[in-house]
Amino acid sequence: MTSPAWTAVCPYDVLLPERGVAALIDGAQVAVFRTHDGRLYAVDNLDPFSGAPVLSRGIVGSRGDAPTVSSPLHRQVYDLRTGRCLDDPTLALRTHPVRCRGGQVEVRANRISEATTPSRSAG
Amino acid sequence: MSRIVVVGYGMVGHRFAQALRQRDSEGRHEVTVLAEERRAAYDRVRLSSWFEAVPLDLAPPADVTVRLGEPVHEIDRSARRVVTDSGDYGYDRLVLATGSYPFVPPVPGRDLAGCFVYRTIDDLEALAAFAATCRIGVVIGGGLLGLEAAGALRRLGLTTHVVEFAPRLMPLQVDEAGGAMLRRHISELGVNVHTGRCAARMVGRDRVRRVVFEDSGVIETDLVVFAAGVRPRDDLARSADLAVGSRGGIVVDETCRTSDEHIYAIGECAEVGGRVYGLVAPGYAMAEVVADRLAGGDSTFVMGDTSTKLKLLGVDVASFGQTTGPLDVTFTDPATRVYAKLVLSDDAQTLLGGVLVGDAGAYPRLRACLGGPLPAPPLELLAAGGAGGALGDAVLICSCNAVDKQTIVTAIRERGCHDVAAVKACTRAGTTCGSCVPLLKSLLADAGVAMSRALCEHFGHGRRELFDIVRVTGIRTFSQLVAEHGRGRGCDICKPVVASILASNGNGYILDGEQATLQDTNDHFLANIQRDGTYSVVPRIPGGEITPDKLIVIGEVARDFGLYTKITGGQRIDLFGARVEQLPRIWRRLVDAGFESGHAYGKALRTVKSCVGSTWCRYGVQDSVGLAIALELRYRGLRSPHKVKAAVSGCARECAEARGKDFGVIATEQGWNLYVGGNGGFRPRHADLLANDLSTEDLVRTVDRFLMFYVRTADRLQRTAAWIEEMEGGLDYLRSVIIDDCLGIAGELDAAMARHVETYVDEWRATVDDPDRLTRFVSFVNAPDVPDPTITFEVERGQPVPARSGRQPVLLGMPR
Repeated sequence: MTSPAWTAVCPYDVLLPERGVAALIDGAQVAVFRTHDGRLYAVDNLDPFSGAPVLSRGIVGSRGDAPTVSSPLHRQVYDLRTGRCLDDPTLALRTHPVRCRGGQVEVRANRISEATTPSRSAG
Repeated sequence: MSRIVVVGYGMVGHRFAQALRQRDSEGRHEVTVLAEERRAAYDRVRLSSWFEAVPLDLAPPADVTVRLGEPVHEIDRSARRVVTDSGDYGYDRLVLATGSYPFVPPVPGRDLAGCFVYRTIDDLEALAAFAATCRIGVVIGGGLLGLEAAGALRRLGLTTHVVEFAPRLMPLQVDEAGGAMLRRHISELGVNVHTGRCAARMVGRDRVRRVVFEDSGVIETDLVVFAAGVRPRDDLARSADLAVGSRGGIVVDETCRTSDEHIYAIGECAEVGGRVYGLVAPGYAMAEVVADRLAGGDSTFVMGDTSTKLKLLGVDVASFGQTTGPLDVTFTDPATRVYAKLVLSDDAQTLLGGVLVGDAGAYPRLRACLGGPLPAPPLELLAAGGAGGALGDAVLICSCNAVDKQTIVTAIRERGCHDVAAVKACTRAGTTCGSCVPLLKSLLADAGVAMSRALCEHFGHGRRELFDIVRVTGIRTFSQLVAEHGRGRGCDICKPVVASILASNGNGYILDGEQATLQDTNDHFLANIQRDGTYSVVPRIPGGEITPDKLIVIGEVARDFGLYTKITGGQRIDLFGARVEQLPRIWRRLVDAGFESGHAYGKALRTVKSCVGSTWCRYGVQDSVGLAIALELRYRGLRSPHKVKAAVSGCARECAEARGKDFGVIATEQGWNLYVGGNGGFRPRHADLLANDLSTEDLVRTVDRFLMFYVRTADRLQRTAAWIEEMEGGLDYLRSVIIDDCLGIAGELDAAMARHVETYVDEWRATVDDPDRLTRFVSFVNAPDVPDPTITFEVERGQPVPARSGRQPVLLGMPR
């Protein structure tokens, strides 16, 4: 399988430090964040706990050394580096490669290994 | 099923019903309470607060049948039934909680008009009505009840005399020196104290006109209150041939059982160990014993704690244990009028009792040490607040509800009780007289985790300290605040708190610059997120008043954008199912039609609900709609520690449910009554009366200060109810700050509110008028015109709702 291509999502300057955006890449939703130190992170936009596409709208911050985002619906906190949920070990987000090229933020969205992502329905 | 009949619905009867229900989760008992009074059980300990319109009702116990105004006339022991006017009630177990009656000395003239007793709300109503035409009043009795009654007469504006047969006031509770100090306090308040004198007769033709003493002295008066103690009501038991003590009181054993094994007696009507207790704490303990026994337990009544702490006429008085003993340590300060005495054992190692007059701050800790070793030198213990010294695990922290330290510490450590309100709810400690609340606080502090005011790992401060830091230093960004006063980069706890604090300190538009990154998604999109990631929109409808034209605009917007529409509890309309990219277009139309943000998304003032008031209603006495609109427009946009809800009712019928709000206003003939600290929700609570018969101007000023003081000092997500509950000194303190200005900050609070009112701008107008601010309202940064494909709807009852597989419609047994 060939690895997916990089997709430009927005100019770097559009990203407010510590505030996310959502990008639609071939039908998949990715949440992209710029932290206060200028680093970029990309994780699934879909909240595995509620199934709603909201993670890009969470509050960005830190827990210990980990840069984090918290779900705006039920407040689970995720490590932006690994996608791991720090409050509930059964939850995780997929992470996606992200970089800045020529002032543009680019994401290579992983669409494989969906089965490895635990998810719960809010039902 | 076992039938339990309770005779008497005072505090003890009420507690028993509640306690039994709590232990009877399987519903093995059927509980019927027969009450003599026509009102539901109320807090007699605070009877005098009735004059301040403080609600005294106790929460009715669930699953208990209460028959008000149905006194029992007879107990038929052989048939095991009791007889009332309306019929018979069979019982398997009978619990007598008949309480006491006021003792009126057998002096001639005691039945004249103008002679009263002081025991029930009915007594107080009659007294207040009669006193309206009086100038002078005499209280017979200088004990607890007598001083309470004297306080009431003074409050009613009468020249007040207190007559006590013993040589000092409160002879049962305090020693001679304490009584003398008490007398100085009370005389200073203008109450005439006559100790060592005995009233011989009441004189007057059609009503009482003077009190004549045994020493032939005379006081001219317009009314007399007999408050010379109480006697157990054992008449029912006597006629049923139950054993009765020589000085009255139904004789019970340590399980509170009478001479009939099917009948128990609890509270002031019972004599246990040769003694009748006239205080609520032993009564509650007896109620718990019987409830436990009926549930199969084996507890016994052992406690004889007769400690008391009161504020009589504004003077702190406390006594506990013995008031004289082998070794007394006394402390007298004539300047501050403080008197304190500790009674110690011979070896000065054990605390046997004590008396405090003028300042009872040390009471909770001292009482808890009663009978045990002194945890610190006596003078240190008497210092304000009674600091110093650790308490043993078994000491009783709350004597009203018999809660020991161990129970409270367990609640804090293992049951997650991290504030006073939670400890109260979990253990009941502090819920009756409240005197142990300072101790609860110090136990929470000792537990470390608990009273740490730290917001989160990023700040060691609580919201209140952060507020002060921001106010005093003038720091206006989160980055600077966390760099200078915190660590890390914040989180979803501290960032919204700081955002709210910055907003309250006049930082203008909440979404400019770095502030945008601090906001919860609700504040960030100025709308309320829903479970599917869509948002709801709530335009402000001040006071719930809306023109047909505006109503039509809301309908058209909802129709055109396909929004689900629901009327809210706050008298406005919520429009659900909007995607972020729709919000600007929705609001453009709403703003153009004259709507503004309703702040349903913010920790801010929500609505001021109103009834229709005097404009239309035939009962209304004031224009509640007009006031509600004025208040809502005044406080709109005020960011606060939690949401703030309010209401205005145009008359005492209270159709706006103002007492369920953070602040509620109820119209009177003379003006407005202001209630504060109410809420619905998880722990419903009625608001308490803060001030009455205010002019509109005074009302607005008082609410201004109340809200600003709340904004400045409450914890994160602390509603006004919990804020007041946790405040040292409670409602009285709040009143002294915002009405009497005891902290000297009222001017500052007024100015802060004036600034808020002047600088208010509608957030949604400021947003839709600024193209830069609109750029965030897209679902996808790389596809701004594409709606989120995961959001889909289905139709339910003619409206769009989130599509969800497997959703079951509610049928309520109706045919399909």
